[in-house]
Parts: sequence; C-alpha cells; structure tokens
Amino acid sequence: MKAIGVILAGGNHGHLHELTELRATSAMPVGGCYRALDFSLSSMSNSGINKVAVFTQYNSRSLLDHLSSAKWWDLGRKQGGLFIFSPYLTSKNSFWFRGTADSIFQNITYLKRSNEPYVVIASGNSIYKMDFNEVIHYHYRKDADVTIVYRQAPDGEDLRKYGVMEFDAFERVTDLEEKPLEPQSDLISMGIYVISRTLLIKLLETIQSEERYDLVKDIFIRYRKKLRIYGYRFNGYWRAINSVKSYFDCNMDFLRKEVRDLFTKNEPFIETKPKDEPPGKYNMGAQAKDALVGSGSIINGYIEHSVLFRKVFTSENSVIRNSVVMEGSYIGNGCVVENAILDKEVVLSDGKQICGAPDNPIIIAKSAVL
Amino acid sequence: MKKKEMIAMLLAGGQGSRLGVLTIKKAKPAVAFGGKYTIIDFPMSNCINSGDDTVGVLTQYEPLSLNRHIGIGIPWDLDRRSGGVTILAPHVRGEQGEWYTGTANAIFQNIDYLNAHNPEYILILSGDHVYKMDYSKMLDFHKKKRCDATIAVREVPMEEANRFGIMNTRKDDSVYDFEEKPQSPKSNLASMGIYIFSWAKLRAALIADDKIHSDSDFGKHIIPMMLAEGQVMYAYRFNDYWKDVGAIDSYWVANMDLIKTLPDFNLYDDFWKIYTDADHQPPQYTGADADVRASLLSEGCEIYGSVYNSVLGPDVFVDEGAVVRDSIIMQNCRIGRNTLVERAIIDEDSRVGEGVVIGQGENIPNEAKPQIYSTGITVIGDNSSVPDGVSLGKNCVIYGITALEEYESRCLESGKSILHGEGGLV
Repeated sequence: MKAIGVILAGGNHGHLHELTELRATSAMPVGGCYRALDFSLSSMSNSGINKVAVFTQYNSRSLLDHLSSAKWWDLGRKQGGLFIFSPYLTSKNSFWFRGTADSIFQNITYLKRSNEPYVVIASGNSIYKMDFNEVIHYHYRKDADVTIVYRQAPDGEDLRKYGVMEFDAFERVTDLEEKPLEPQSDLISMGIYVISRTLLIKLLETIQSEERYDLVKDIFIRYRKKLRIYGYRFNGYWRAINSVKSYFDCNMDFLRKEVRDLFTKNEPFIETKPKDEPPGKYNMGAQAKDALVGSGSIINGYIEHSVLFRKVFTSENSVIRNSVVMEGSYIGNGCVVENAILDKEVVLSDGKQICGAPDNPIIIAKSAVL
Repeated sequence: MKKKEMIAMLLAGGQGSRLGVLTIKKAKPAVAFGGKYTIIDFPMSNCINSGDDTVGVLTQYEPLSLNRHIGIGIPWDLDRRSGGVTILAPHVRGEQGEWYTGTANAIFQNIDYLNAHNPEYILILSGDHVYKMDYSKMLDFHKKKRCDATIAVREVPMEEANRFGIMNTRKDDSVYDFEEKPQSPKSNLASMGIYIFSWAKLRAALIADDKIHSDSDFGKHIIPMMLAEGQVMYAYRFNDYWKDVGAIDSYWVANMDLIKTLPDFNLYDDFWKIYTDADHQPPQYTGADADVRASLLSEGCEIYGSVYNSVLGPDVFVDEGAVVRDSIIMQNCRIGRNTLVERAIIDEDSRVGEGVVIGQGENIPNEAKPQIYSTGITVIGDNSSVPDGVSLGKNCVIYGITALEEYESRCLESGKSILHGEGGLV
C-alpha cells in the first residue's frame, strides 16, 4: 500500500546545549558517520516510500547541506522524491511554523497533490530501523484512523519526556498523555504515525480554523476518543536523541555488535551522504581498543571505548577514553580526553586534558581551539 | 549535443595476466587497491578532478565487475545529462563484429561516439596505473606548444629504459623519435600511456592506419606515423607518484607504500579526492583485545585479532586470536580464530578457517607459474575458502572452495596450488 512520508526535523533540543547551537537535533552526528535524520529517511526509502518531505525550521544549514542531493537515499526522482519545507513569508503569512501540525498545514499542497492513500509521519531525531509497510498493513487490518508506533520505555528512562499511552486489549488507544507528571504506564509513543492522507488534510484544516497547531496535543490527544487510534508495538532498537545523555549513550551503543550489525551489516542499510574519505590509518603507536573509527582518520595514540567520526587525527601519546569525537577534530600530542563529547573540528593543542564525569560528559563546542 | 572541449577515453579492457588469480573474474582496472579503491578509480577521479566530465570507458575482458562498479558514474559525479561516463564495449557492426585488437583500434571502433561529441581534444588513458594527475595542466601545455599530440613521460633509470616505450626528444622536449622497448635506449623518458591528441588529427590518423594495420596500436603505429608525417609532438614531463601495479610483487609493494607514516602517495588530500563506489560507509571497529598498527582499515571492518603492516578492504572480519601481517585482504573476507596470515593477498569474499597458518616455509617459486608467483607472496582468489587447521607455505595459490582432503597431511607446501573452476585456466 502506497504512502508518502513526512519527517519532522524542525526541532532544536535545548537539552543538548552547545551541540545544537549550530544545528538542528536531526542533524546531530551519530554512530561515526550518520546524522540522526538518516535513520527515518532511510527507513522510509527502504520501505518503498518514494515521496518524502522533510520539515525544518531551526538552524537548518547543516541539515540542508546534508540533504543537498537526495540520490543517496534513492530519492532523486522525477516522480516524488525529496521535498524540503522551511518556513517562508507570504503577503498573508509571516509566521514561523507555530507547531508540528502548522508546519504540515502551511505546506498542505504537498498532501493535496499526492494520491497515495497513507501518510507516514516520523521524527528526525530517532535512531532506529523500521519497515513501515508492516505498520501500514497493521493500520489497514485494524481499520484504524491513526496508528501510533509505541514501545516499552527502556529501564530507568524518564517517562516525563515522552508521550505515555494506555491501550485496551485490542491495542486501541484509551489514553495518551504528553510529557505527563504522573505517567500511568511505561508504554511510550515513538513519534511515528500512520494516518490516511485525506483524514490528515481534514484534521489539519479543522484545527487550523480553531487556531490549534500541534499534531500530538491538538489532534492525537484531543481526538483520542473520537478517532480509532491504535498502537503498533515495536520491539527493536530505538533511541530518541533528547538529552546529552541519550546522545552520548546512543553513540556508545554502536560499540555493541548487535547494534552495528542491525544498522551496518544487515540489509537494508541506513544510508547517508558519502564523504569519500580514504581508509582509516593506524600508525605504529596506535592502540584502538573497543573503538569505532570513521574513515579518513589517522590514529597515533590510545583509544578506548570511544566513537571517532571521520577525519579525526590523534597524535602520539594521546589518550581518548569513553568519549565521542566528531568529524575533523585534532587531538594534540599527549592529550587526555575522558568522558567527553568533542564537537566537529575541535583542536586540542599538545598536553590538553579534557575530562568529564562518567555520567555527565563534558562538551567541547564546534570548532573550539583549546 | 553540447560540445565538449576534451573527452577522455579510458582503455580498461586488459586482463593483466601477471596478476594471476586476481584477474580471473575481472579486468585489471577492476582489481582492488589501497583497501577501498579499485585501480580504475584513480584515472576516473583524475578526470573529474581535472574538470573533464565526459569519459568513455572501453571494456573487453570480463567487463561485468567494471560495469557494476562504474554504473552511471555517480561516485565520480559523472552522472550527467550531457557527457558523463559511457561504457564502450566491442560490438557488432554491419555484418560482423570484432574484438578490440589494439589500443588505437579500440578508439577507431568507437569513432561514432567521438564524432557525436566532436571534441577539440581527446585524452587517452589506461586503467592500469595508480597516480594523481591534473590533465587540465597537460592540456594547457598541449595548447601552448600548439601540439598535434602530447605524450606524458616520466624519467626512468637508464638501465630500465629498455622495458618501456622511450621518447627521444630535442632540448625543448619536442619528440623526434619513438622506440618501443629499445635494446640500446638513447633517452630515459618513458611513455606513461597517457596521450592528448587534437581530435581532427587523430581521427585522420586512425582512419589511415586502419587500412594498414588491423591491430592498430598507439605506440607501434599511430605515433610513429604521425611523427613521420612531421606532426608536432611534445613530451610532457610528470614526476609525481606513478605506479604500475601490474604484477603480484609491484601490486603488493604499492599497497604497502600506503602504510608508511608519511606515504609517497597521499590519499588524504581534500582537494584531490579519489572516489569509489561504496555501498555504504560505516566506521571500522576494533575490539577490546584487538591490536592494529601500521595498517589501513577500510569502512565496516571488524577486528578482534591483530593486524600489522597490512591493508584491509571494506567489511573484513578478523576473529579473536588471528594475526594478519604484511598482507592485503580485500573486501568482505573473513579470517578465522587463531589463524596466522603472513605475506598474503586474499581477494574479495573469501574465507580462511580457524587455526590456519599461511605464509610459513621456504621461498620456493610457484611450480606452475614461477614467473607470476615467486616473491614469497601467497595468493587466494575471490570467493575462495581455506578449511580449518591447515597450513600453507609461500608462493601458494588457492582458487575456489577447498576441502581438508585436498591438503596432504593438512599442509600445502610452498609453491603448490589448488585451483578449481576457472582457476585452472590461469
């Protein structure tokens, strides 16, 4: 069954501090070579969705750079392909996107000029791999108005950051609360929805006339009894990047074989914009233990339990431990980096020590020279 | 059709028989190099980096692997509405077809392709060498000297000059004579097989020579003919890194060159990138007990053992306790637990079992092909396998899935081979 895709990539998470000062959350580098958006985008493309719209708002430069060509996701098409919607001015309208529903409403022609029966809506800051065909089939079998993909929250996760759901025996949603103070279950929405295209158009037009703008609050929660909303349970790997800790942990997850296998060894793969860097070079002094190293990197020092992105240079006698080092960073002679997140193109001069706490990594902002 | 100033014609049909089992299923330009690259990536990337966006790739021997690699040219940004990359295979014309019988004959048979573009200049390249060269500078030289033909040359040691096509030049580098592998060379300027011709002149020469030689060749026929006609021909000197990787030993040495802390050939140049076709490019992983030094690891490698002084292609898996030393291991190979691999070349998609020892013993040249395998390097072909617990000596050759019974007392002595399928023909 055919569907079009909508990826909400406009968010900018204040909880990520310096890391999202210059980029949208969905442009966060993940797993040594990806950006967060790649996971939703590849899942859509791999599910046969050939028409995908990405909605951006804050700090979209790096996101637009990443999406400068759609062919890496097989979305460079004459029919359909990739659409990118940012806020724009018209004579009648000088608003930013006032909410997720508003961002889609302001570009409602995208929905109206399609003829696919379904719309798959996903967020751009979740790390997962999903076959949306299965969700659409489930939606069809249940004769649902809306299907929300949900999962059991990981142990110890702060449920107050999520949409918490309750179901009846048939997985029909009986209640849905956004960021509740007193969560009634540990089943959380993954921010992935299937809805029929015509129904979405109708709902968007209705709430717009009531000056309501939010997809979750003003449609899914407000209509939770009126519409047939079902939950589709997903048990695979999933992480939302919504805090420094979740970002750090998500990168560290790639040091686990089953996570690497899921995304990089088992087809369909997650695709990203290629950078054509040469192989990673490990010189005589290199020692990389439990380490992911991106292509184009040159390693001369010690690395343990860390994720290095592309084109990182580490000098002799340097030590990197339990850290994330993004693309193009330079680690000088004798540096020690521990429990840290180094953003892109950080330069550490010889002998610098950057040490955070194990549960609270220190962040070094993009292009910092220390 | 939009007119192009210069079109590159890349001769990629050669087998490269001195690479032994590495070229059973693919032409030499399709052989992997430097971990993630294939040899043809170098001239292809040079073309796009030089601003030449129209490239004809002439294939003949085992073209499938090359066709798949090049596709529509996306990795090199050669997917264009006008120009781009075109695979030119031998084809039937009129009543009968024929193979490409010589370098110039291959260009002659594609004269329609060139006429359609009708460029001012044509650049002839071969897909056999590893180098970075700005062809636009050579074209500037060609125009400045008002040449009909320009031939890229490099200085070789005088005592080796008898192995090359040698240009005899005047003081200003204008060519007055060309000798193919001369007994007593008068100069040490060796042709690199890279030519720029003014297309009108070359077209006339190709048509004329086709009536004389059915195996028309640039070195043997076209260049001597143009010289005899008094056409203006200059040698263009190129002294940067340039390696012929056409034999097992030179191939191995050129790969090992890349490992040096400061290699002669720099792949890490942001403004002259080498592009290749890669499915996806995840980072490489080294496990808690892994030890990797003086090596190149390509994307997606998973290393749990030790790798020293070696070049590994994408998605190579080295299991716990395994040691890989002084070796080249290509894409998607798997090295089993506690296996020792020394001085070996292992081609793509092959499996080496557990507890195997490769590359120990006396340096006895290969019995069947001593001229190809004699420098102590053991070679395992693509899609091949070595069973658990066997040992292989030096200069051994494996092609195909091998079973324990084929190893006499679990051993393949130096210089012996086990060749299945097409392996027996090489």
